[in-house]
Amino acid sequence: MKSVNVITPSVDGKGLMMGKAGYTNDYVLKNALIIKVLRSPHPFAKIVSIDDEEAKKLTGVECILSHKDFDRRPFTRAGQGYPEPSPHDKFVFDEYVRYVGDEVLCVAAIDEVTAEKALSLIKVEYEVLEPVLDFEKAMNNVSVIHPEPEIHEMFPIGFEPKKNISASYHMHIGNVEDTLKKCEVVIKESFYTQAQAHSMMEPHAVNTQFDYQNRLIIYSATQTPFHVRRIISQALNYPISKIRVIKPRVGGGFGGKQAIHGEIIASAVTIKTGKPAALVYTRKEVFESSYTRHPMRLDITVGADKDGTLKAIDCYVLSDTGAYGEHALTVFMVAGSKVLPLYNKVDSVRFHGHVVYTNHTPAGAFRGYGAIQGNFALESAVDILCNKLGMDPILFRQKNMMKENETSPIFAIMGEGTEGTAMMMETCKLDYCVKRGLELIDWNNKYPSKKINDHIVRSVGMAIAMQGSGIPYIDMGSATIKLNDDGFYNLLVGATDIGQGSDTILAQIAAEELMTSVDKMIPYSSDTDLTPFDTGAYASSTTFVSGNAVLKAAKTMKNKLIEEAANALNCAKEEIGFDGEIFNKVNSTESITLKELSNRLYYNSDQKQLMVTESYVGHKSPPPFMAGFAEIDLDTETGEVKVNKYCSVVDCGVTINPKLAKGQVEGAIVQGLGMALYEDVVYTAKGKLITNDFMSYRIPSRMETPELITEFAESNEPSGPFGAKSVGEIGIDTPPAAIMNAIYNACGVRIKSLPATPEKILMELRRKNHEQ
Amino acid sequence: MIIKFTLNHQAVTIDTDPSRRLLDVLRVDFNLVGVKEGCGEGECGACSVLINHQVVNSCLVPVGNVHNKDVLTIEGYKLTPKYKIIETAFVDAGAVQCGFCTPGMVMATESLLYQNPHPSDLEIKIALSGNLCRCTGYNMIIEAVKLAVERGEGLW
Repeated sequence: MKSVNVITPSVDGKGLMMGKAGYTNDYVLKNALIIKVLRSPHPFAKIVSIDDEEAKKLTGVECILSHKDFDRRPFTRAGQGYPEPSPHDKFVFDEYVRYVGDEVLCVAAIDEVTAEKALSLIKVEYEVLEPVLDFEKAMNNVSVIHPEPEIHEMFPIGFEPKKNISASYHMHIGNVEDTLKKCEVVIKESFYTQAQAHSMMEPHAVNTQFDYQNRLIIYSATQTPFHVRRIISQALNYPISKIRVIKPRVGGGFGGKQAIHGEIIASAVTIKTGKPAALVYTRKEVFESSYTRHPMRLDITVGADKDGTLKAIDCYVLSDTGAYGEHALTVFMVAGSKVLPLYNKVDSVRFHGHVVYTNHTPAGAFRGYGAIQGNFALESAVDILCNKLGMDPILFRQKNMMKENETSPIFAIMGEGTEGTAMMMETCKLDYCVKRGLELIDWNNKYPSKKINDHIVRSVGMAIAMQGSGIPYIDMGSATIKLNDDGFYNLLVGATDIGQGSDTILAQIAAEELMTSVDKMIPYSSDTDLTPFDTGAYASSTTFVSGNAVLKAAKTMKNKLIEEAANALNCAKEEIGFDGEIFNKVNSTESITLKELSNRLYYNSDQKQLMVTESYVGHKSPPPFMAGFAEIDLDTETGEVKVNKYCSVVDCGVTINPKLAKGQVEGAIVQGLGMALYEDVVYTAKGKLITNDFMSYRIPSRMETPELITEFAESNEPSGPFGAKSVGEIGIDTPPAAIMNAIYNACGVRIKSLPATPEKILMELRRKNHEQ
Repeated sequence: MIIKFTLNHQAVTIDTDPSRRLLDVLRVDFNLVGVKEGCGEGECGACSVLINHQVVNSCLVPVGNVHNKDVLTIEGYKLTPKYKIIETAFVDAGAVQCGFCTPGMVMATESLLYQNPHPSDLEIKIALSGNLCRCTGYNMIIEAVKLAVERGEGLW
């Protein structure tokens, strides 16, 4: 292969490095109004009155918009397929505010200073209501967070707002209680995962303007431009045909930009004033008023026989969606659907739970999307079970885990708010991943632990994981390829490059099929007027779903080229050979180059524009798999954990671009380490966010980042483009469980609530020493 | 207030409020959009520029402070042979993902190599720990700096 499975520099890397204009905020017009949002100081309150008379008088204030300026039209900000599996429970502005940082109103002014001044002049009177701040007390609480009558679900998702339930679900295979009764060894544990902040480097940003056709142009740092267009049209009752969403370069998303944030407000300002407008979140707003990962409690029971045969898994999940129900059902379901099939040989399994509203910053999509929470619980539980069984955790996994050409009944039952899709694992190299990981970390010489000195213990821990490759029968990607004179191509895709490099890998796929070089395949992505549809960058879908669409389009283009070459050479198309540059007529010396053919089609004979569009919807979602191994040094005097090394062995099929694939895995590993050890979204007892900057919210810097060893298993997925599966999320799943297992192996302390701070470890160590 | 300084090797004069952030002056008045605002609080390093060859967060610098000083942004630095070495090293190591932190990272790398042409791994880690990246996992960036050191032997 010439272009695929080859390290190709990303198409945009150099330009971005040089500081070329590329991001949303680089395209703000000089005369754009600057928008600032007044945000709630209370976790739950009803707005009694708004006095903006003084602010309106201020020179330079162009407009102030609050709930009085909008029809009551509920929608969801979640960037998902339509109808969305998230409840329509959000208004542009509402008379209720439901978390500290919720939007009260916005001011648009000629500059930032004037907008800030105007905000300070506005007086809002609130009727403060009793907030719900503990998600375990949310269900059936006397305080109802969403009492408004207009909100609704789009199809049944177990939505019961009067009980503060945003979504709920139940599934079972076999009778889990009966199976557990018969098991020789059973363990039952509860695990807690915290809220995590995406912390992408580029804050949420949007700017809007009317163009010369009076169409609303929205530049948005989004993962889902087509969903943004649809949601804005619906929320503002504005014709969708008059909206164009352009996604420039995006400075990281990780799920945080799989939603509408400032887009509706900026659009409303431009529609109201006719003037261009810009809204960029401050870092404090990103922390306080965008999204976090859903915090969860996972109650898990697993049962096995003494020979180490896993028989039953029972999992109840309580998930906290915060003030609004974006991605409430689906994140929670992925905690089951992309975790439980790892152990596909059980007799019975149950997965059920509730997603509740609280008066905290809303939770939303975040890389891993439930799988990291579920993986932490299940892979911790497996080690606990092995300990009770007295069985080696590696042998236990090798005996019970998913293998190639096997399946799990869960795939058919659990989808994204709907039924799932049955599928066979045509590729699953978990066996290899585990075996290779053991070598890389030198497991046999290090397991379970070794004393380095009187207070440092070195230990190892591991976990296995799976994810998906898009949402079958829902996620659609499409691609257009256009032939230009001189024989180069444009590749137009709806797929959304948010820094992961999808423009590059999609160009590689097209170049490979058309046997040309990547520099002759010019990608342009994510512009709702110019590119074909794509659901967007989420659910690990781009390589597999959009990549398959690109491959289809390239195949069709190749056929068309050969037809045109046959016309030019007066022969049947079966007689044409093509190597990417030259069309040869078999058994003759006649030939025509692609360059000549393309010029002929533009200017001379058979004139036409060759342009093809193809679409792809997955009929399966082949999971990438991985095994993650951590080596840590634990200080028994301070409780501090230092991760020395993290080895990842990943089966994501053929890597289209090994360097970018490695970047995806390693970036995700470090985010997973952050979740395991450092990152924690913390509120005051009154519901105000404490961790609203990078000093108080600690993402790993270079100093905390261990040696990362990342390898890929030989694997070739038949349903993927050139054998590829997706790789965007899988890397984040294993660190929490692998590190908690390593901590246990070091000192016998089991941390069941993330993150594993030194305080928690020390406290548990002391408790353990007392008990002994 | 009249403020005179050298910006990307050229003498410039502006008449503006000296308390404005250097970041805003660079982006708005001089259209140097390679300087990014990631946090506005001096924590992320995306707005890193060099003032008299010291790396600083331009979001924390009132523009009045650069009077008579030498300011270098990525737009000025990219014209130098040293930049070319760093660019190729970053590309080869796969150190660029979303790219938002990268111009700042490049400026911090220049500042490090200017002061210490042969840094150890630990010295690289410390020097770049003020520049956050959420995409890469950092190892590829450390690798890039090491490549630049090797290939730029004698330049710094």
